[in-house]
Amino acid sequence: MPRLSYRRALTRALADELARDESVFLLGEDIRVAASNVTAGLFKRFGPERVLDTPLSEQAFTSFATGAALAGMRPVVEFQIPSLLFLVFEQIVNHAHKFPLMTGGQCAVPVTYLVPGSGSRTGWAGQHSDHPYSLFAHVGVTTVVPATPADAYGLLVSAVRCDDPVVLFAPAGALDVRADVDLAALAPVPLGRARLHRRGDDVTVVAVGHLVHDALAVAEELADEVSVEVFDPRTLYPFDWEALAGSVARTGRLVVVDDSNRSCGIAGEIISTVVERVRLVAPPRRVTRPDGAVLPFAPALDRAVQPSREQLRTAIRHVMKDG
Amino acid sequence: MTGADPVRLYRMVRLIRRFEERAIELVRSGHVVGGIHPYLGQEGIAAGVCAALGVDDVVAGTHRGHGHVLAKGADPARMLAELCGRVTGLNAGRGGSMHAADFGVGVLGANAIVGASGAIVTGAVWARRRRGDDTVGVSFFGDGAVNEGMLLEAFNLAALWRVPVLFVCENNGYATTMPVAGAVAGSIPGRAAAFGIPAAVVDGQDPEAVRDAASAAVDRMRAGGGPELIEALTYRFDAHHTFEHAVRLDYRPPEEVARGRSRDPVDIQGDRLPAPVRADVDAEVEAVLAGAVQFALAGAEPDPADALAHLYASGLTARTGGG
Repeated sequence: MPRLSYRRALTRALADELARDESVFLLGEDIRVAASNVTAGLFKRFGPERVLDTPLSEQAFTSFATGAALAGMRPVVEFQIPSLLFLVFEQIVNHAHKFPLMTGGQCAVPVTYLVPGSGSRTGWAGQHSDHPYSLFAHVGVTTVVPATPADAYGLLVSAVRCDDPVVLFAPAGALDVRADVDLAALAPVPLGRARLHRRGDDVTVVAVGHLVHDALAVAEELADEVSVEVFDPRTLYPFDWEALAGSVARTGRLVVVDDSNRSCGIAGEIISTVVERVRLVAPPRRVTRPDGAVLPFAPALDRAVQPSREQLRTAIRHVMKDG
Repeated sequence: MTGADPVRLYRMVRLIRRFEERAIELVRSGHVVGGIHPYLGQEGIAAGVCAALGVDDVVAGTHRGHGHVLAKGADPARMLAELCGRVTGLNAGRGGSMHAADFGVGVLGANAIVGASGAIVTGAVWARRRRGDDTVGVSFFGDGAVNEGMLLEAFNLAALWRVPVLFVCENNGYATTMPVAGAVAGSIPGRAAAFGIPAAVVDGQDPEAVRDAASAAVDRMRAGGGPELIEALTYRFDAHHTFEHAVRLDYRPPEEVARGRSRDPVDIQGDRLPAPVRADVDAEVEAVLAGAVQFALAGAEPDPADALAHLYASGLTARTGGG
């Protein structure tokens, strides 16, 4: 089977949707030359009107996409830098997200916001290293964080076809993941559906995005001492609560590893919802960035504020010891 | 053309005037909660500009937006029902005064974020044009919006991509209470000139002058021209918002208000009509609004169980908030 990289899975999803549906178009900065290396080859294949290179005007082109969506298009907006989402939070939340309700259902805003390289890219420092997916889950915008190439393909296709705004975070830590993939079997992955990567009996580890791979590695390392179930929500909003409740009901223990700042991060929501529904045998744990984290530049400092495998191991051992 | 001739133009300014006065009565009687931003004094701009448009053209307005929605052709009865929060309203009671929209007649919504409509309209018109329509768009905004970066970014995109959007700045002298002289460095036409956008300054109190300027701009845009800007000089006769009826804010000298009110677009246009014709139109407008008030107050209140209806076009349902 061919090896497919996460990044090329995104490229393939965009190409397939552009080819399938005339109303799909891409816009963003430097996408003509594929500076993020996601839109590679698409400008040549689909032309400047469907791969629309924009000036550095994030707020205007984000609302331009809203307007185009109101007129029946399905724009995909690429952001080179995750921190730009702070700049366009207003345009996404106040307009794209609110229009259907505020207009009493007169319109839909099917825009996909694609963020290739979210989270730390080591050495990109404070204003290029954020991972603000919890913010979008909080406001109720469909929020997707694929971990694998096949899921990146399938979730991006579903995002483009969704009638609501969707933010898709492609974590920098996952972009170089490769997998053996049957290209003919690539298919849309439904939004809001979790994936169980590894079955286990003792503890459910919920891992978001690139951290799925860390969780799988830690589960393997600890295989002799504890049976770890690795649960990948894939979509953070809407969250697959049924699947998670089922998993935790079997294991009785919960650890969440999440690259958000701790306060009001998605890990807090996951733990709250689980403990509302399931009686755990040990207090749950979460591994996150610290409160209010700004990623410092020096590599050792950058790593120090991201969730680590060591922290995850410790958390798993805690929940095993505590109950 | 929804109202280009003198009688129809008069009818529209009169309709907007009386609509606002009836709406203020309903604010006072408690039927319209949250108050309104009255368009009194500025009616000639919406009426004049929309007289130059067809039903397929698109507009988006402001928090002071009733005039734009009515002039583009929305039903005053459903508009008033919207202000009263009834299911029979344009937005089924989900939008209210500041978000009234009627996609069926090309109103992409009043929009309560200052400067937001420019990029949305630009995107919508760009999308329509890509499909071969000869749509033009209008973005209405006030003098306060010319200091919003997002709007200036939209000027750039529209000019760069030659999207036929008429940017209409209603300069009523104040951004809430801030006088233009205290807020705008340079000039409003100068903002347009910086982007190579042709700009005209018109007497916003004269509906025919506005209509003529808008028609000329729309003709040029339909013939292949890019965006244009009109600065319409006007005066807001009443409060920024009806809360000022209860809380007096001292920012406009009484002499200035009297001078501003002396140039009334309803009279300027009405004086162009034979008195019996004007009286007939007035009577007709009264009848329309009497019916509108009756319709609005007879409408059913929305069911709280459906408070989040239309939140998602995709059919997603949100979790409830209760314990």
